[in-house]
Amino acid sequence: MSRLKFFIPALCFIALGGLLWRGLYLDTRTLPSMLIDKQMPKFSLETIGGDIVTNEDLPEQIFLLNVWGSYCLPCLVEHPTFMRLSEEGEIPVVGINYKDRNDLAKGWLETNGNPFAYSIEDENGRFGIDLGVYGAPETYLVDSEGVIRYRHVSVLDEKVWQEEFLPAIEELRLESN
Amino acid sequence: MRRMSFNNLFLTSMSVFLLITQPNIYAQVDTFEFDNDEQQGRFRQLSNELRCPMCQNTNLSGSTGGVAEDLRREIHRMILEGMSNEEIEQFMFERYGDFIFYRPRLRAETILLWFGPLLFLIIGGFIAYGIFRRANSVDRATVDLDEEQEAKLNELVGK
Repeated sequence: MSRLKFFIPALCFIALGGLLWRGLYLDTRTLPSMLIDKQMPKFSLETIGGDIVTNEDLPEQIFLLNVWGSYCLPCLVEHPTFMRLSEEGEIPVVGINYKDRNDLAKGWLETNGNPFAYSIEDENGRFGIDLGVYGAPETYLVDSEGVIRYRHVSVLDEKVWQEEFLPAIEELRLESN
Repeated sequence: MRRMSFNNLFLTSMSVFLLITQPNIYAQVDTFEFDNDEQQGRFRQLSNELRCPMCQNTNLSGSTGGVAEDLRREIHRMILEGMSNEEIEQFMFERYGDFIFYRPRLRAETILLWFGPLLFLIIGGFIAYGIFRRANSVDRATVDLDEEQEAKLNELVGK
């Protein structure tokens, strides 16, 4: 018994060390979204084409909400994935043109292609604040009721699509059946 | 010449001292206007205490990040609209969660963060008390020495 007691400090050290070691590799840069399972915030904003859109105009099915900007290099990296998704009709994608200039945004879509059903213009980032956006790119998965179900921060490439979004969408479909 | 270099050294160390002790030396200059000093003070306090969601370890007042700029603008708007500090903090919490606070709120999720150190202090206190008590009881126990040990002891303490 007393022999066992002798090892207690060492065991404590190992346990605490293990915990802190794990802490070194935790992802502290990705903030969890506060809007999961909440209704999308109310909005009435212009698209970059100049039409007024509100919550009523959102797709009545599961869709992606992608926060992008012409200044944002990672957005260019994930762009081919959104192009494929919209070309193959896998899922509708609504854009939020976050803190951008209208002419630059239009130019970016012309040069690279437009995967979005429409892009909501959020020039001063006010709508972004309601969504809890802290930098482009971010992508939200919204269900047919307009409830936010998932958020991915940074690049959404084919790997993220396969590993994170497809299972989440599958789960939503099972849920609604 | 010697005198000069001492002055330089003094000035350099003073600037370093100021840089370290004045956290707001890098504060962003916004041209917000307020109705009174109380509002301005609250603005300064909130943007010093809230954390920029994009940049890990900078407060809103010290960050050049796009979202920090937007949040400062929102704080200014809310203060002018007459919202209290609690209401503004709630606004931030609903959008960015606990991360936005340098001083997290007391909630079920943050209870370990708040009272963990106290818990460790209590555990440490019990251990220290145990050790102290044992040491004390050893001190008070009578120890019988034979002659040889007695002599050795006297020699050691120099009697």
